[in-house]
This record gives sequence, structure tokens and C-alpha cells, in this order.
Amino acid sequence: MHELPVAQSILDITLRHAGQHNARRVRTIYVVIGQLSSIIDDSVQFYWDMIAEGTLAEGAKLEFRRLPAVLQCQACGEKYTPLPGELACPKCESMQVKVISGEEFYLEAIDIEN
Amino acid sequence: MNQRIPVVEKILNANDRLAAENRRLLDEHGVFAINLMASPGAGKTSLIEQTVPRLAAELRLAVVDGDIATSLDADRAAAAGAIAVQINTGGDCHLDAVMLQQALAQLDLRAVDLLIVENVGNLVCPASFALGTHLSVLVASVPEGDDKPYKYPGMYRGVEALVINKIDLLPYVPFRMDYFRQGVELLNPGLRTFPLSCRTGEGLEAWLDWLRGETRRRQGEHR
Ligand SMILES: Nc1nc2c(ncn2[C@@H]2O[C@H](COP(=O)(O)OP(=O)(O)OP(=O)(O)O)[C@@H](O)[C@H]2O)c(=O)[nH]1
Ligand SMILES: [Mg+2]
Ligand SMILES: [Zn+2]
Repeated sequence: MHELPVAQSILDITLRHAGQHNARRVRTIYVVIGQLSSIIDDSVQFYWDMIAEGTLAEGAKLEFRRLPAVLQCQACGEKYTPLPGELACPKCESMQVKVISGEEFYLEAIDIEN
Repeated sequence: MNQRIPVVEKILNANDRLAAENRRLLDEHGVFAINLMASPGAGKTSLIEQTVPRLAAELRLAVVDGDIATSLDADRAAAAGAIAVQINTGGDCHLDAVMLQQALAQLDLRAVDLLIVENVGNLVCPASFALGTHLSVLVASVPEGDDKPYKYPGMYRGVEALVINKIDLLPYVPFRMDYFRQGVELLNPGLRTFPLSCRTGEGLEAWLDWLRGETRRRQGEHR
């Protein structure tokens, strides 16, 4: 739903780093998204193709790496990845859980030609 | 030559950068700002109407009202005694940092201690758009039902305080407070919660005390 500003940010970061390394072209961009992070879908690539046109990153492919959520039960200490639609601890059913990871959203690397 | 360059940089959108600018502007002028979010009709404007006259003697208040098309809410805030600025989003379902920036330009920030921003009624999109305010407050209300934390986790996770409005209706509508609070605790452990009624005034004092305290504390930090 709000993918355009996200695509714009990815482009800004990419072009900055590509420039620092005197890239002629950017081939691939690796993005990491936690399972609990905002829902980003294929429409990012669509916006991407639109806004990257005419830049070093034109035609670059976006590779998304999804990280599973990891929760930790505050009652028994169990660490687990929740099933879709479930959050409670699978071992003791406690609802007192803490998010350990799954909220990541960052650019990890870019492949360039120079 | 082909080369892989490690980057590891958080993806921040233009909105987040503008939000940071808004924050700087607010801090520079010693303004403490909160972002009130809720579903339509939960009682955001009612809470503002109850809050403004009760704090007016000690704090200089301003209200920025986000609304799709009308200025009804800003008129209510102004009638309650606040300096009020209306933002019409023209169809957008949330405020964003650009809209707040435009509203801030219409205020004399030196003459404001506490700024309350009423976001557009919506439990989804406002959570993804930082404004630059210091704290986000969610106004839930009893007739919405006790399952809302489970259905809108993004909103419940992203706030620093929760008002549970319309507790005067608890005798009349099915609302399992335990179940509701369990969901809240799951998503946002230890979240500060203010059950209250804008209708009867019950519970308002705790909310006002907190708001007063937060405003004074933040202002102290930036003086
Ligand atoms: N019974 C009861 N009704 C309330 C209470 N607070 C607000 N209301 C009523 O709820 C309705 C909506 O209140 P508003 O304050 O306009 O809600 P809002 O969240 O600002 O709504 P939008 O800006 O349209 O999203 C009004 O009819 C209020 O009178 C309360 O504590 N108890
Ligand atoms: Mg309103
Ligand atoms: Zn457990």
C-alpha cells in the first residue's frame, strides 16, 4: 500500500553507495525484511522499475531475504518462531512474550559493475 | 569488474527524514507533541475537548487536526480553548510528516507547550507514518470490541500510551477487559494505560497527570 516511499529510500541508499564505489551499473540489491516488519510485496519491484529508470540502478533486481520472527517466552524462556496467526508460547501457552527479532528492514548489500 | 558491496543501512523513507526535521523544530521551541491515533469515532476529539480546558491554566496548548475533508474537529478543539489548525488530507487515510510540517508553519511554536495532533481515524496506516511527535497515544474505545489488539497489532505495538475510552458503556456492551488487556500486554508489555470516560469524566485525572508530567519533563530536557 505504501511501497513507493520505500522504493525511493532503497534507491537513495543504493545510488549513494554505488557512487562511492564508482559503479557504472547496479545489478542486484539485497534487502532484508523481518517477518514482523511492514508488509512489502512485489509492487516494490514495480515502483522500483519506474523510479530507477535513467539512473545507475536501472534494471537492477531486488532480492528480498525474509527473516523469521523469533519470540521468547517471558514465563519459561522458550525461544520460538510463531506459526501464522499465533503468538503465544507453544510450550507453556503463556502470552507474556518478547520479540527477539523479526522487525528488521534494511539494505544488506549491492552488486555493482565498475 | 563485478563487485559486491556490503551496505547494511536501515531503509528509511523520506517521511522518516521529514519527521526527524519536525522533531528538531519542536525541540528547538520546547514544544512537547503527541500523536493521537484511533479508529473513527473512538473519541479523539472528545478527549481533546476534555483535556484542553483542564490544562489551559498551566500549559499553552495547540491542536492540529487531521481530517479527510471537514474542519469540524478543529472547530471543536478551538471551541474548547486551544489554538487549532486543520489539515485536510484530501482523501488520504493518515497524516504524514509533510502535512504536519505545513501545519507547524502556521503555529507560533514559541507560544506552545503542548501540541496534540489528532490523526485521521484509522487503525492501520497512521502507524506506518512517523510525524516527528514525541509520543504516540492510541485511543481505544469499549464499543469497538475487545479483539482490536489482536486484529491491529501494528498499531498496538507502536504506541507509548493507551487510552481506553467510553468505560461508561462497559455495563451495556460485551467487552472482556481481561482479554483486551492480555492482547495489549502481549504486543506492548507494560504499556501505560488509562481507562476513562470522556462522558462522565471518570479516569481523566490520571491521564491529565501523565500528560502534565510528560510535558514538564520533556521541556526540562530541552531548556
Ligand atoms: N458514551 C460515551 N460516548 C463517547 C465518549 N467519548 C466520546 N463519545 C462519543 O463518541 C462519538 C465520537 O466521538 P469523537 O470524539 O468525535 O471521536 P473521534 O475519534 O474524534 O472521531 P473521528 O475524528 O471522526 O475519527 C461522539 O458521539 C461522542 O459523543 C465516552 O466516553 N462515552
Ligand atoms: Mg475527531
Ligand atoms: Zn513458555
